[in-house]
Amino acid sequence: MKIINKKVINDVGGVRITQLDIQSSDIAAKALPGQFVMLMVNEKGERIPLTLVNTDKDKGVVSLIFQEAGFTTKSLGKLNPGDTLYSLVGPLGHPTEIRKYGKVILVGGGVGIAEILPVARALKEAGNNITTILGSRNKELLILEAELKSASQEIHIMTDDGSYGRKGFTTDMLKELLSKDKYDLIYSVGPIPMMKRVALVSKEYNTRTFVSLNALMVDATGMCGCCRVSVSGEVKFSCIDGPDFDAHGVDWEELEKRNKVYSVQEKHICNLFPAS
Amino acid sequence: MKKEPIKVREASAETRVGNFDEVVKGYSEEEALLEAARCLQCKNPLCISGCPVGIDIKKFIFHITQKDYRGAYFTIREKNNFPSICGRVCPAEYQCRKACVLTKKGSPFASQQAINIHFLERFVGDYGKNNKLNVPEEKEEKFSEFKVAVIGSGPAGLCCSGELARKGVKVDIFESLHKTGGVLRYGIPPFRLPWDVLDFEINYLKKLGVNFITNFLVGKARTIKELFVQGYSKVFLGLGAGVPSFLGIKGENLCNIYSVNEFLTRVNLMSAYKFPEFHTPVNIGKNVLIVGGGNTAMDSARVALRLQKIRGLSLNTTIIYRRTEIEMPARRLEIEHAREEGIKFEFLVQPKEFIGDENGFVKKLICLRSKLGEPDSSGRRRPVIIEGSEFELDCDLCVIAVGLKANQILIKATPELKTDKYSDVIVDSESMESSIKGVFAGGDIVGGEGTVIEAMGMAKKASKAIIDELSK
Repeated sequence: MKIINKKVINDVGGVRITQLDIQSSDIAAKALPGQFVMLMVNEKGERIPLTLVNTDKDKGVVSLIFQEAGFTTKSLGKLNPGDTLYSLVGPLGHPTEIRKYGKVILVGGGVGIAEILPVARALKEAGNNITTILGSRNKELLILEAELKSASQEIHIMTDDGSYGRKGFTTDMLKELLSKDKYDLIYSVGPIPMMKRVALVSKEYNTRTFVSLNALMVDATGMCGCCRVSVSGEVKFSCIDGPDFDAHGVDWEELEKRNKVYSVQEKHICNLFPAS
Repeated sequence: MKKEPIKVREASAETRVGNFDEVVKGYSEEEALLEAARCLQCKNPLCISGCPVGIDIKKFIFHITQKDYRGAYFTIREKNNFPSICGRVCPAEYQCRKACVLTKKGSPFASQQAINIHFLERFVGDYGKNNKLNVPEEKEEKFSEFKVAVIGSGPAGLCCSGELARKGVKVDIFESLHKTGGVLRYGIPPFRLPWDVLDFEINYLKKLGVNFITNFLVGKARTIKELFVQGYSKVFLGLGAGVPSFLGIKGENLCNIYSVNEFLTRVNLMSAYKFPEFHTPVNIGKNVLIVGGGNTAMDSARVALRLQKIRGLSLNTTIIYRRTEIEMPARRLEIEHAREEGIKFEFLVQPKEFIGDENGFVKKLICLRSKLGEPDSSGRRRPVIIEGSEFELDCDLCVIAVGLKANQILIKATPELKTDKYSDVIVDSESMESSIKGVFAGGDIVGGEGTVIEAMGMAKKASKAIIDELSK
């Protein structure tokens, strides 16, 4: 649970994305792409889920990449090499189903780009042809382009302001690709509105699509149901049934609302302890 | 002349709803002596048959009358590892006290007149704790070469570990949460079971040499097979029943509808009632509804009431239950406590549908009235819906407390482990050994939702079988 390396990947315009490499040989030994960990920064902290971005089995190290967006991720970003997390448990959730699908499109937005990286590598390794679409607000905010480039046969960058790659949404590119060719799978991680749009577009083209959902969790072992999501009319727990789900079945509106259930408290605690 | 039962001292309802301090203060020595003196010392004591682990109740109460509290303590400890815990959480009115000769025949639970065995047990347990009485270790050199993995640090796991460690077996307890105690920590609120009582028992196990490994989820980070490869001779599964049941009605995923486990875990394990000092939030509402009639329903109702008080809202928490008070499975004492504190009850009410606002927060619960029909498989009269009885209740926060099922992760990761239709582990009823040789199980993962003392009974059986096998 000791942090052995820290890298601020991005720190522009109030958006700070940080990578922590953490010693945990037990988790590293078992972790597969798509799985996550639960962690607590300190004894009084919240339990939050973060996707495992990289695992080094030999060194027994796992890497997490997160945007310092809320109180807990900001506190996490204050930690330095040598510091120890209060709690770290994993690997949790089902791994992404890795096999040879054929032609695969990966769609990553914002910090979700980090989460598609291990899946991209594994899918490529399994013999898939990978086309990756990355989206960010602008050029500065784009992360892991080089890493994903080497894990893909083809890569497309989309920025909101057109400062890099093409101007527009990831789904604009997705639509273009799907209208020209047939793909066997789409895998997407990013902000809910983006994944929702990916689901809409891919449904139109009848292409199988997985998304990794970021529901709120407490224990993450199936005991609280905080992370329940409706998928194809059934109630599922993201922690033990997911986090990957069929994008076409997800009740996005419900997920979006449930993820805002503590937005008042979040604002309050961030105002109270701005420096901590 | 019949002597009246000695009432136990309690914090007043008014003060206790403002905090999470223990409500029942327990007997003083004088009170314990008076209550013990009420025991008839029956020739054929019925109470013992009501105890799931067969504590010699008559004897320990006799010891109390003789002021031999040591003797009383060791009498209880022959059968019960955690008298201070069980004296606080045992549903005595359905067990020993119901069997007590002073309970009216045919009564569904103990009469008021029945001896307050649980309060006496607690008195003795706390005496033992305060005077550092410990059951002598029986460490044998030959056991020290064996390592046993105990999965889960709830009542079953703690009891099994203690029994094994006392014999000199090396025990590692694996716990997936960051704190030990299982349901005793995340489920039962501190106003019923204070943390120091639990910590005392856990610290005692640590002193015995039990090694606690928190933040470790067996089933994900390691398989049972790998534990054996790693050198463990036996494995004990005390996984618990932690998967919450929901109602399966429309609108149940609206915001501020909690499973009882989520609500209690946030408040108990994560100390959300101290937000923002502790960083885990929990919401509260002006009109809180709790659905269910068991202990977790009472616990969550009383937690909700305390949150309302702490956050300056008027106290308005209502329990809705589909049968009547008599059929409620909760401890009578908790129902009484809940009522004293101001919890309201709506009986013979079935939830039908939640209605939310534009932001996805619950606003109303549409309900139906019911009446009692014929008894069902549980022997309780089945609620039958009255046609056209639909009505609405204001509801801005709801806790669903309608039962818990077996924890799934390790079971799903171990397909060779045989389970029944409830996903509970199937075991030999004597040895508690599962379908996998060397893997034993006990507690709620075997019997479904039960009590602390039942879990302990199973864990003791398993530890005995493990010791027997290791002796071979």
